[in-house]
Amino acid sequence: MELLQRIFLRIGVLPFLMLLAICIFGFISGQFLSERNLLNVARQASYLVMASLGQFLVLLVAGIDLSVGTITAASSVASAMTMIALGQALPEAVWLAIPAGMLAGVLVAMALGAVNGIGVSLLNVQPFMMTLGMTSVGFGLALFATSGMPVMGLPEAFGQSFGYGTILGLPLPICVALVLAGLTGLVLGHTGYGRHLYAIGGNARAARLSGISVRRLTFSAYVLGAALCGVTGVMLTARMSSGEANIGATLPLETIAACVIGGVSLNGGTGRVWGVVLGALFITLVQNGMNLARVDSYLQMVVIGLILILAIIADNIRSRMLNARR
Amino acid sequence: MQDGSETAPEVLRLDRITRTFPGVTALKDFSFTLRAGEVHVLLGENGAGKSTLISVVSGVLPPSSGEIRLDGRPVSFDSVAAAGRAGISAIYQEFSLIPELTVAQNIFLGRERRRRFGLAHGEMRREAARILADLGFDVDPDARISTLSRARQQMVEIAKGLREDQRVIIFDEPTASLTDSESERLFQLIARLRDRGVGVIYITHRMAEIERLADRVTIMRDGLHIATVGREMPQREMIALMAGRDVSQLYPDLPGSPGEEVLRVENLSGPGLRDVSLSLRAGEILGIAGLVGCGKGDIGRAVVGLTRPSAGRILFRGKDIARMPLAARMRAGIYYLPSDRKTEGLVMGQGARFNVSIRAGNAEGAGHAGFVSARRERGMARRVTGRVDLRPADTERAMLFFSGGNQQKVLFAKALSGDLRLLILDEPTVGVDVNARAAIYRLIADLAAEGVAVLLISSELSEITHLSNRVQIMCEGRISPPLSGDAITDQNVLSHMFPTRPAAGGYPGK
Repeated sequence: MELLQRIFLRIGVLPFLMLLAICIFGFISGQFLSERNLLNVARQASYLVMASLGQFLVLLVAGIDLSVGTITAASSVASAMTMIALGQALPEAVWLAIPAGMLAGVLVAMALGAVNGIGVSLLNVQPFMMTLGMTSVGFGLALFATSGMPVMGLPEAFGQSFGYGTILGLPLPICVALVLAGLTGLVLGHTGYGRHLYAIGGNARAARLSGISVRRLTFSAYVLGAALCGVTGVMLTARMSSGEANIGATLPLETIAACVIGGVSLNGGTGRVWGVVLGALFITLVQNGMNLARVDSYLQMVVIGLILILAIIADNIRSRMLNARR
Repeated sequence: MQDGSETAPEVLRLDRITRTFPGVTALKDFSFTLRAGEVHVLLGENGAGKSTLISVVSGVLPPSSGEIRLDGRPVSFDSVAAAGRAGISAIYQEFSLIPELTVAQNIFLGRERRRRFGLAHGEMRREAARILADLGFDVDPDARISTLSRARQQMVEIAKGLREDQRVIIFDEPTASLTDSESERLFQLIARLRDRGVGVIYITHRMAEIERLADRVTIMRDGLHIATVGREMPQREMIALMAGRDVSQLYPDLPGSPGEEVLRVENLSGPGLRDVSLSLRAGEILGIAGLVGCGKGDIGRAVVGLTRPSAGRILFRGKDIARMPLAARMRAGIYYLPSDRKTEGLVMGQGARFNVSIRAGNAEGAGHAGFVSARRERGMARRVTGRVDLRPADTERAMLFFSGGNQQKVLFAKALSGDLRLLILDEPTVGVDVNARAAIYRLIADLAAEGVAVLLISSELSEITHLSNRVQIMCEGRISPPLSGDAITDQNVLSHMFPTRPAAGGYPGK
């Protein structure tokens, strides 16, 4: 009991939930723990990992990004439309159109993130309201640009390599997610920039009095976070072989849940990359397990929502226990 | 009429009161008596247990063990209201008034007089006016609280707390934000309460008030009852009892050979400042004294770059830095240690290593955006926290688990983690226990001896007079000419603190 409490205080509720989920779904479905299924879970989770890393950067500076889904969708639409337009103009240069399209997706995402960042850090709009507003703006723009239809006709090579390709037998999305997680961890854990983000979330006034330029760095967190969502959008486009304005509707909830379950505080200034990765993995694991157990997809929404609320309650209990030990 | 002489009956007796919090014993076997018609001063350092004592007596907290007797009968209060009904109330520094209600409405808050339909407004107004007149307070019962001066708000607070059969009233540093004519009114009121046979517990740091008011003085330290003495005991001895050592041991000798000028402020005006000039040399400690709100903290904030002055020059080593950004000033060797370490100083959820590392100009840590070598950062953190004698010497433990004194040491360590030429200290020992305080004073003197210029901003008079080579006093945004050498006395410093305007005008605000 003592040991369980120590684990809970140090890492949070995630290890317990993870264990519980594996036991339950492993018991219900024989396929759940098969190598094939677990690899499948990892591949599905990689998209959520990327977007959750973006959410994490924003939560770290005591913000919140409700527009992660919109940014992902806008990136998907922008990359697809650019690729198709370039493909029509220069039919021979497929390998020019693909990277150009991907870049366009990420840049559009960063532009949306920059708007969020300006609103929050310069104009002092609450992060909740700013990103809520941008959710509608981005979604509207993406629907307007596509007339609500999927953007089809992407180069086949794009889907084959970035959607279904592998490196050393590992699906490419997993590789991308791992590299991004590693980079984010490196920046946050081993650079002054990363320390400064933690400092801003921990105590913005103390950060300012340490000579950290709080506004500029808060802005940068929104832009970098959006860039990660942009990559998510591009990778999803490759998987679906079409640009979609409708993807990412569930991402705000799922990314926030992944972060909170992974030990990120909504008050800012705490959290680790591996926690976020495990949190995203956990959510995907639960969704996959429920699919295998033939849980109705509408009921799945109920479960995910409840898990998020439970995680926040557990987080509150944890911080109260930590404070009581003062 | 009763008086505070030995023969007066006891109103309040605390018998071996202990109050513990998780991990701390705030009061230990504390015994105390209060006689009817006596002003009993409680004297103690921050953290000595005074606030806990008030909380226990006034029903905020139950004691963990021990007995409280009121007029000889054992009592226990489960709420402030219960203590109030028994005739015990406390006047805190923070008032419990609703700003948007009138004086009369506040006085009757929670015990409104009713008629058959609605409230008896007229009756409450007349009653409030009578209570105020009874106490000799010149306050309009229809005035809204937010329109009153602080001194008048305090009068309302007292009128609200007082009952016909008041037995005990507790004042917690009531003069902290009053001018001296306002304080004088308060003293007259306290004298009247005493004459009515009320027992008064009075908490203050100011020796002059002890002389003026006290019948007896109880000295506390670390939650213990140290001594109860008469007012005639010399101040020096009281301070020694309070500190647990001779004060002369608390303060180190000052280094005496200032070098070249480091800081020169010329005719600076801006938020809180009006035409302020001063000069500070390497190795020198310049004390800035003044009342709350006099602008003394604003000098520090302007020099480090937190606020923009509207006029005047700030010269640092001969260069005007008035337009330089804060980070650049810190890299150049200016460090400002804020008065509120929890909200402005430290990232409380992180450890000492993190906190010292992020200071701009810290080349070995995260004073820049690039890569941080974990090994060099750890070494740097160990070095600077060792220099300030952090206890426990754990650079990873979150700051919220450290005592106030050790949190403050970490801020000093942060100052030391980069270039340091000008150290601005804003209330450096608020909420710091006496041992950490001695260590901090020694550190300040050592740093000055090494050539750091120190601007010491403090409300603690003894700190100013014992630790400064020169002293300047602020009052309403303006600064006095410097005092130095033998001219640095409590008397001289105090005489500059209060605005010199004709007393005949009475109170500001209605």
